[in-house]
Amino acid sequence: MRVRVNPIQCTAHGVCAELLPEWVELDEWGYPVVDDQPLPQQLVDHARRAAAACPTLAIVLSSD
Amino acid sequence: MSTTAVTSSVLADSFSSAPLWYTTRSTAIVGFVLLTLTTVFGVAATQRALASRAWPRFATQDLHRNLSLLGLVFIGTHIVTSIVDSYVNISWWALLVPGTSHYQGRWVTFGTIAFDLLIVITVTSLLRTRMPAKLWRSIHWFSYAAWASAWFHFLKNGTDSRHHRFGLWLDLVCLVVVVAAGAIRLTTQNSPAPVRSVAAGR
Amino acid sequence: MTAARAREPRPPAWPARLLADLPAQGALSYADHVARHGALTLPRKKDERAGLIDEVERSGLLGRGGAGFPIGRKLRTVSAGKGKPVVVANGAEGEPASHKDALLLSRAPHLVLDGIQLAAASIEASDAHLVVHRGSAAATAVRRAVSERPAGGVAVQVHELPHRYVASEESALVHWLNGGDAKPTFTPPRPFERGVRNRPTLVNNVETLAHLAYVARHGATWFRSAGDPDEPGTLLVTVSGDVPSAGVLEVPTGAAIGDVIAAAGGDLRRSQAVLVGGYFGTWLPAAHAASVPMTHYALKAAGGALGAAILVVLGRDRCGLAETSRVVEYLAGENAGQCGPCFNGLPALAGAFTKLARGGWDERLGPHIDRWLAVVPGRGACRHPDGAMRFAASALGAFADDVAHHRSHGPCAHAPSASLLPVPRKTTEWR
Repeated sequence: MRVRVNPIQCTAHGVCAELLPEWVELDEWGYPVVDDQPLPQQLVDHARRAAAACPTLAIVLSSD
Repeated sequence: MSTTAVTSSVLADSFSSAPLWYTTRSTAIVGFVLLTLTTVFGVAATQRALASRAWPRFATQDLHRNLSLLGLVFIGTHIVTSIVDSYVNISWWALLVPGTSHYQGRWVTFGTIAFDLLIVITVTSLLRTRMPAKLWRSIHWFSYAAWASAWFHFLKNGTDSRHHRFGLWLDLVCLVVVVAAGAIRLTTQNSPAPVRSVAAGR
Repeated sequence: MTAARAREPRPPAWPARLLADLPAQGALSYADHVARHGALTLPRKKDERAGLIDEVERSGLLGRGGAGFPIGRKLRTVSAGKGKPVVVANGAEGEPASHKDALLLSRAPHLVLDGIQLAAASIEASDAHLVVHRGSAAATAVRRAVSERPAGGVAVQVHELPHRYVASEESALVHWLNGGDAKPTFTPPRPFERGVRNRPTLVNNVETLAHLAYVARHGATWFRSAGDPDEPGTLLVTVSGDVPSAGVLEVPTGAAIGDVIAAAGGDLRRSQAVLVGGYFGTWLPAAHAASVPMTHYALKAAGGALGAAILVVLGRDRCGLAETSRVVEYLAGENAGQCGPCFNGLPALAGAFTKLARGGWDERLGPHIDRWLAVVPGRGACRHPDGAMRFAASALGAFADDVAHHRSHGPCAHAPSASLLPVPRKTTEWR
């Protein structure tokens, strides 16, 4: 699984960085910088939770 | 002999319905307070400024969600007991179809509308990740209508005690709180991320 | 050494194709086009359609819009999609320093229209759209050309796109054709999966389609007889800047940058640097660029990108940093306002670059620039932030001595007069 951000939807709420700090950090404007490597198995549930908690549903989880 | 019989039958009647009646009344109060808190935390969850390391955004979101689910439990109990209770004459379909209650029809109708809206809001929120964000959001705005409807229902059906004005005071306090929260929500609606010019502006 | 030149076509040492035998001015009429190239035969049967796509694949024709994607594979993918495909011919080059599409459309529009018909026939498309810039000479030429052609094939609708840098990015183009703003959209779905009216959509640069018209008439082997073996054919290059005769040249792919510039009368030995690939491209120091072949892989290896084959020569008495800062400012203003990293990052970078180029530099800006260059690319819906950052980063590399000078002594003497790179006036239109 990989984590992507739909940058058009994203309005820098920053919830993803709270819930998935291992994989997401925020830039100086509050927008997520996401690691594009495949997500380690132990973070998959956290990523799902972060995606569901995003106020604008801007986190896209891809299956590959 | 006959006097005793009459007394005992009255007692038996009231013993069978009193717990239901009190349950209906108390779950209504707790449920309405929980709905009010849900609304407040829902607004709080949209406020960037409230997030901090000590109190992250997801904590507010979780409170919003869990309070709403708890509120639904109380409201569900309130509805079931009010129908089961033979003191008030409310049929099962009055639960979902507005305007079909024989008991204080107009005021129960507000409760029915609130409940219908709550069902739609809850179901869409459970399915939120599977629908367009904008659709979910526009449906979620109906939360205010649901709360307002519940408030009218509570105003009439929940404040009729002649002995103390607790219900009325509670209703008014909740009104002030939600109006304030709604005002904050509207004035910060769709606020873009704060543009902080780190260096270029200096 | 000479080449087919836009302004005054003359006998080329490099064999011209698209720009060969054009009239002294104006567009080649339909009658002259048919007299020169012969009538067009469109594939009708299934095996004819498959045969054309095979031939295009064998030709090795790569897209000429910038990305260099193999066209044969694109045709195959779109024809295999769900629903009736749509063809979009992109003739609205967003690069201010590119004129090749405008030139091709206003001088040889029927080659492009042939290409549209061939592409549409090969994938059984039901609709074709030709997009040009609003109010341009190309728009007039193309409309006239469409009306000259006899009935037959797919109907081509001409559309006039607002002048925005990102508007001709393919997802933006599709969004605009679907009735929205000409702003890029999040992908997937890419246009070849779901594009115009949600149908599989083939978006091609108009030059690519003109080459397609040659492949269909003369075959893959003939097509491969010019240019680099891995990226064959000819290439329309827009040469401008400090050269005596700026214009559009047709050169074989793989021609050395220095030779192409020489064909435009320029001399890299007496120049400072070349901007290769336009405003998403890179500055290459003149000495380094001269021998680099104009192919995607060679330019990538040299730290640049071919892009839409744009060369801008920077003379010695120019300030590369000031030229770059004007363009970075322009690119920052051309962000679509959709993606945070872009609409925050580009203006921030532009502000810092202006201070470096024009004065007001603060040493604290250095680490900020480094961080923006590292963190902003790849985080927009389209490649706008990536391209702008790459362009800026290449300036810091190619003009490293100037950077040091500007940092310690302030702007150089040439900085105030920077005006080489074209920067269009800002518009507010997105529809």
